[in-house]
Amino acid sequence: MKKPKIIVVGGGLAGLMAVIKVAEAGWPVQLFSVVPVRRSGSVLAQGGINAALDAKREGDSPEVHFQETITAGDFLANQELPRQMCFKAPEIISLFDRMGVMFNRTPEGWINFRRVGGTHSMGGAKYCRTAYAGHTTGQQLLYALDEQVRRFEAEGLVEKFEGWEFLSIIKDDRMAGRDVCRGIVAMHLATQEVKAFPASAVIVSTGGLGLVFGRSTNSVLSNGSAASAVYQQGAWYANGEFIQVHPTTIPGEDKYRMISEAARDEGGRLWVYRDGKPWYFLEEWHQGNQVPGNLVCRSIHKVIHELGLGIDGGSMVYLDISHLPEEILQRRLKGVVETCEKFTAENPRKVPIKVAPAAHYSMGGLWVDDDHMTSIPGVLAAGECDYQYHGADRLGGNALLSCVYGGMKAGITAVHHAAGLEKGEADPAIFSEGVKRQWGINQEIIDRSGNENPHKLHQELGEWMTEHATVVRYNDKLKKTDEKIQELKLKMKKISLTDRGNWANRELVFARQLHNMLELTRVIVLGALLRDESRGAHYKPEFPERDDRNFLKTTKASWTPNGPKIEYEDVNLKYIKPEWKKSTSK
Amino acid sequence: MEKIYVKIKRRNNPNADSYWEDFQVPKKPGMNVVSALMEIRKNPVNARGIATTPVVWEAACLEEVCGSCTMVINGKVGQACSALIDRLDQPITLEPMKKFPVVRDLVVDRSKIFDALKRVKAWIPIDGAHGMGGTHSVGGPNNPVPGPRVTETERIISHDLACCIACGACLEACPQVNDKSPFIGAAAINQVRLFNRHPIGRLHRDSRLEALMGEGGIDDCGNAQNCVRACPKEIPLTESIAEVGREVTKYAVGKLLGR
Repeated sequence: MKKPKIIVVGGGLAGLMAVIKVAEAGWPVQLFSVVPVRRSGSVLAQGGINAALDAKREGDSPEVHFQETITAGDFLANQELPRQMCFKAPEIISLFDRMGVMFNRTPEGWINFRRVGGTHSMGGAKYCRTAYAGHTTGQQLLYALDEQVRRFEAEGLVEKFEGWEFLSIIKDDRMAGRDVCRGIVAMHLATQEVKAFPASAVIVSTGGLGLVFGRSTNSVLSNGSAASAVYQQGAWYANGEFIQVHPTTIPGEDKYRMISEAARDEGGRLWVYRDGKPWYFLEEWHQGNQVPGNLVCRSIHKVIHELGLGIDGGSMVYLDISHLPEEILQRRLKGVVETCEKFTAENPRKVPIKVAPAAHYSMGGLWVDDDHMTSIPGVLAAGECDYQYHGADRLGGNALLSCVYGGMKAGITAVHHAAGLEKGEADPAIFSEGVKRQWGINQEIIDRSGNENPHKLHQELGEWMTEHATVVRYNDKLKKTDEKIQELKLKMKKISLTDRGNWANRELVFARQLHNMLELTRVIVLGALLRDESRGAHYKPEFPERDDRNFLKTTKASWTPNGPKIEYEDVNLKYIKPEWKKSTSK
Repeated sequence: MEKIYVKIKRRNNPNADSYWEDFQVPKKPGMNVVSALMEIRKNPVNARGIATTPVVWEAACLEEVCGSCTMVINGKVGQACSALIDRLDQPITLEPMKKFPVVRDLVVDRSKIFDALKRVKAWIPIDGAHGMGGTHSVGGPNNPVPGPRVTETERIISHDLACCIACGACLEACPQVNDKSPFIGAAAINQVRLFNRHPIGRLHRDSRLEALMGEGGIDDCGNAQNCVRACPKEIPLTESIAEVGREVTKYAVGKLLGR
């Protein structure tokens, strides 16, 4: 008997891991990606991947790793999956080692583990828990999985559809009145063919959403569009308001480039001019520069927006590593030096780096259960686009790990789901209707006439989101931002494409993505507006404390034509009870 | 306001003719070629003031680790994200790479890069993605078994080889890669070196060497050494070709003698 297919959308770390798990179970997989998967956003991750092997006998263990994950997330993460992830982590390192990832080594030739900054215990991490491959860990892990998937492709178990844009899932509601996913509709980015692909399960692993902030540290492919499309088709979206902001990035016209927190760990100092003299504000306020990322973000925000002391009155501050010995720069901060030289043409040995905070990681994402199934049976989510592992903030070194573990889990669940799916073919009409609907949307967009340009609207959206929905949040500003988003939605109706062609029309694709981005930003902004507390990366000066009585809850948004409907659900606190924590406001 | 002059070689689709179109873009500090292209799509009007279609190009990570935005900039292949305007003579010319079929404007189809990786079996054939030992208690904490021990010296060599972003610059620069020659190019040969050096990958060395024999294989290298100069990641590609070349010769001789 021919087994039905399983579709994976997105070929980053989570998607590729899911493909491997499904292929190993002997099921045919179709892998969809907008780019050749080796170019996915995972390549940008620099820091490393956590696993509590206690390699240096410091008393670390998966249990401690789990506790730190939960504490970093300010107790908002459900506890089942993070615990599983932490216990599986040592095996995952071993797996990548066997796949050939060139992790840094100890003098004895074993995999080396380091402490990373940005973990939220004051003064950096307690344990050497992070395996790393130079400063290109994400790239190396992605390549390892890409190579394994290529092997399955050569064997004929995996079929790749690179250069296809996901448009929608196909839902079948004709079976006992219950929705079940039967496949997807996708569009080829060159020929613009819109086509339906039947499948017994669909895994969405499409990464982050940095592009909704205009510019971020993410790949420009990380636009949240696919997750938003699934949300608009009825899947819940959870904890959308939790966005991790990286404190030190170099603002460019095209993106914000991350300067690793290692720069501060190794002795880098933040300052601005005050009364004509350098003022090391972190050292005055917090006795040093090695403080948690959120605190750095809020301090920079204060310097710029409350004190008006940003460089030249603008929104940047100096990150100075020019005083550090060449040996440290070469051995430990090579990536930082290279980023500056390559992308700013300035030498950080001589001049301080101009930095600003920028959107970096979405803790929120599609709601999934403990098996990675979304609220639509047959649709799964894994990687940054799911919400399960990080709660209100993410422990450094856990992003890559959660992608890999989530991908494994989703792959296995997809196979179980597909195997248990009731026999009986889906009505062929649902596929042709799905294609017709999506093709109709393309035509409708091409036919719009007005004087708005989608790229300019996107820029405006990004400016509002970055200013009002990142480091510091005020309710009046969030309300105005939501009104702005609705205004932009109206303007979207008046866009006029400058390209109305039917070959490789990227403007059309972008207009579709922007529509999805606007829907998703409402989830982020309204979630933030309603959460009157401060927790993890979410900080409201009007409500500076964590409020467990009212908000120790997962935010759950469902799409309605009138905007997101927000509900709350209890957090699974099975293993660790929340402890009272001193407010981290400043 | 200061302007940047950009000349772009355009093509509407693979069957259409190419043409040049000039643009003037307002200059902002620290701009790169990608930001200039972003400006054009916000306001697709050419230098003569005539409305045109937005230029089509690819980009993803914008930090020179994904390879997407590779194009020919002022006659030299490179990434548009790390091409700073201040370092370029104007007018800046942008062209698609010539060694790959054009899809539209600056977008080319680079599937042959990935086909080559398939041909040379650029992977380690692991038994499965299950855990093997490696749990907290098994094998001892210092040893996430059963991975290999590797010296730092060897790790650094391999890590540098593994940084290939599959951008295609080495193929673009190579005189042996052209319409008339099926030469596989430096990138894939470098991957053979990477996997054949790896303690586990080495177990399957022969199948990769075999793949580099015959038509389009390593023998087609003309030793022009353009690849190593074009590589944005400074991978020692000529060393890789030399090392793999020696291995292939040894393997071929051995095979001939029935060893």
